[in-house]
Amino acid sequence: MLGAMDAAQAIADLEEISPQVRDVVVIGADGAPAGSNLSDEAAAGRLADGARRLVETAEAFRPGVAQLEVATLAGSVFVVRDGERMIAATTTPEPTVGLVFYDLKTCLRSIEPPKKAARRRAPAKKAEEKAEDAAS
Amino acid sequence: MPPRKVVTGLLLAAGSLAGSVLVRRRAARRQERVDLYGDDGSMHSFAAGTPEADRLLPIAHELLR
Repeated sequence: MLGAMDAAQAIADLEEISPQVRDVVVIGADGAPAGSNLSDEAAAGRLADGARRLVETAEAFRPGVAQLEVATLAGSVFVVRDGERMIAATTTPEPTVGLVFYDLKTCLRSIEPPKKAARRRAPAKKAEEKAEDAAS
Repeated sequence: MPPRKVVTGLLLAAGSLAGSVLVRRRAARRQERVDLYGDDGSMHSFAAGTPEADRLLPIAHELLR
């Protein structure tokens, strides 16, 4: 399994192994683009927004959508969810569906999620232990 | 009828059938559609013209422009 890496590296790897993929955007838990191969930030935002709309619309009639493909004659749009995060990509027409899904999932899971605030449980536990020692 | 002609006729018929199946499969693949995969492993496919696909296809067209 791949180790955690930043979004730019993961997307670069995806582009290398999957030539069918055109535009990619990783969408963070906050709904904002967390990485993309699009140099234009507005374009990345549009792809992220479109992906969210696809998932929301699909959820309206089929709750619990984990991934989707919308195939058109001009190409396909793929969206894969992993917890709160998503990855969306456009591809060339008639892509190898299974491979694209696999590559997108691998890419998303290889990206290190943003670190949460450090917990301060350990000192509290030590304090509890000290209190117990003092009591005994 | 000579057996050789019968065999030739059968081969031609089989070739035509296989060709038409391939053409039809390719045409079906080129149709616009929406495939939804659920987190429970289910998969639902909606062809263009169904209410579900008609809500998602315009968004995809917008993204692929």
